[in-house]
Amino acid sequence: MKQLEFKPKSKVREFLGEKLIALNAYAALIAILLIFVFIFKEAVPIFTDASVQEEASLDKLINKQEYYEGREAKWSWQPNSEVPKFSLYPLVIGTIKAALVAMLFAIPLGVGAAVYSSEFAPKRMREIIKPAIELLAAIPSVVLGFFALMVLATFLQNVLGLTFRLNALNAGIALGLAVIPVVFTVAEDAMTSVPQSLRNAAIALGANPWQISLTMVLPAAVPGISAGVVLGFGRAVGETMIVLMASGNAAIISASFLDSVRTFSATIAAELAEVVFGGTHYTVLFFIGSLLFVFTFLINLAGDIVLARLKTRLQGKPS
Amino acid sequence: MTIGEPRSSSATASLQFARKTTGAIPRTLTLVAVVLILAILAVLLGSIVLGGIGTVSWEFISQPPEQGMEAGGIFPAIFGTVALVLLMVIAVVPVGVLVAIYLQEYTRPDSPSTRLIRVAINNLAGVPSIVFGLFGLGFFIAFVGGGIDSVFFPEDGPVWGQPAIIWAALTLALLTLPVVIVSTEEALRTIPREIKDASLALGGTKLQTIWRIIIPQAMPGILTGSILAISRGAGEVAPIMFTGAAYYLPYLPGKLTDQFMELGYHIYVMATQSPDVEATKPILFGTVLVLIILTLALNSVAIIIRSRMRKGRVHA
Repeated sequence: MKQLEFKPKSKVREFLGEKLIALNAYAALIAILLIFVFIFKEAVPIFTDASVQEEASLDKLINKQEYYEGREAKWSWQPNSEVPKFSLYPLVIGTIKAALVAMLFAIPLGVGAAVYSSEFAPKRMREIIKPAIELLAAIPSVVLGFFALMVLATFLQNVLGLTFRLNALNAGIALGLAVIPVVFTVAEDAMTSVPQSLRNAAIALGANPWQISLTMVLPAAVPGISAGVVLGFGRAVGETMIVLMASGNAAIISASFLDSVRTFSATIAAELAEVVFGGTHYTVLFFIGSLLFVFTFLINLAGDIVLARLKTRLQGKPS
Repeated sequence: MTIGEPRSSSATASLQFARKTTGAIPRTLTLVAVVLILAILAVLLGSIVLGGIGTVSWEFISQPPEQGMEAGGIFPAIFGTVALVLLMVIAVVPVGVLVAIYLQEYTRPDSPSTRLIRVAINNLAGVPSIVFGLFGLGFFIAFVGGGIDSVFFPEDGPVWGQPAIIWAALTLALLTLPVVIVSTEEALRTIPREIKDASLALGGTKLQTIWRIIIPQAMPGILTGSILAISRGAGEVAPIMFTGAAYYLPYLPGKLTDQFMELGYHIYVMATQSPDVEATKPILFGTVLVLIILTLALNSVAIIIRSRMRKGRVHA
């Protein structure tokens, strides 16, 4: 028996190897923590530093301000003007407007295509749809932004007779193109994970294919589809290059989707290169980054939880 | 509960007719969604190919820009992109593969530490790319680079503590880490249990089994993950805008601390900040076409390897 045992030297190597691999695995965990720490660290002066607070305290970021004496109080994002104005409100409006258009565009197309692909499509058609969606997902966002800037904006302007070439509608549609693959993939996955036994039971009760889809598969997959929509919304809010290139980037407060908008992500991208390291403007941009990070983090967490529960319920085991 | 009377045959027929016609509505509506997506994709790719095909030539991809970007080629941007993603792959693949091995081979799938790591990976994949850019600036350039400078080069100006190709590559490596992990894990799951058992039964240690059996078997998955990561990294602009990309450089990057030109960033700057967009339009479309061919070709290769791997599993 003696010669079948491992040598002690090899045991040490095994131990070290395992510990190194384990240590490395926590790299992903540490990376997330580091991102947290380093984004938040640069945003902290908003709460602690008096000189930063003078221009950009929480009150000034959120509430209306009377920037010039005697003039009406308003929300305004003009970080480089003589009186720097750091109201986040116009950016919130812009972010929501662009993301809203994107979702209105992407939900019907993404969910519709997912229902077709999972429920109605002949096999050959499915072999076209899935690679097409993968293709769309693989297109770099700077290319989608370029398309919106050069082609889509001109088209929309000619058709609708718009004053502003670059606006929330234009950016939102291009953003929708980036969101469709997210919605499609998650929704389709949710529907195909409905077990065959449920479908068979419905067939045995005399249901038609479309009855199975609409009365059984869809209701069972609704949590998955909504998770896809939520994850898509997270993508729409975080996406940068498309809105930076296609939205016009004017921080306007208005209800019209045909006005230019400036989003959170585009503001960081457009302004970070020109700010003073550690200055007020720099701090506010990192604060916006923190908001984006927290927001997408929560959305992804919610999406993950919903999907995991759905899988457990449909298949009786955690995925 | 009583069983209803059997329906008359004409009632059954009309019911079936009603079922068929109403069944056509959801089918048609969802088909319209598919057709719309395909049409948009066709218009998108078509307009780029038509706009760029006249510009792309050997000279275009092998020459540097001239006359303030209004003439010449895009060789430095291609070179910078390739150098960037190579550095990124060197950083991300070993880490990603080891994380996947740890998750698949060393831990139970439902243990708290596995779940925690999985949640972290999923969330890493969902962090907006611009936030990675902020992180690259705050962590790699200011903290790591600035730290190196203050220890080793206190007298000189910033050497490491400034935008550079190494920091951009590391930022992208972090961004593409989930891609490599997910793809490698999928490959690890396809390796039959018997092969590992056979290796262990022959006296191989766990580490030897991983090194000699598991990693070679998982190679297609690792390759797929690497290619997808390259394709993703080559297309991302937001994370590199502040961490190392430059609009124009008269030289190619030769050191880790050099800045670099990059295709995606080149497109962004030319499209939004060029004084004469009409004059640069052909070059712009050509650059987009080159970038899109690059990323889509990489993706197709990855998809082919992956589908072969999946078929292999079915036959095994």
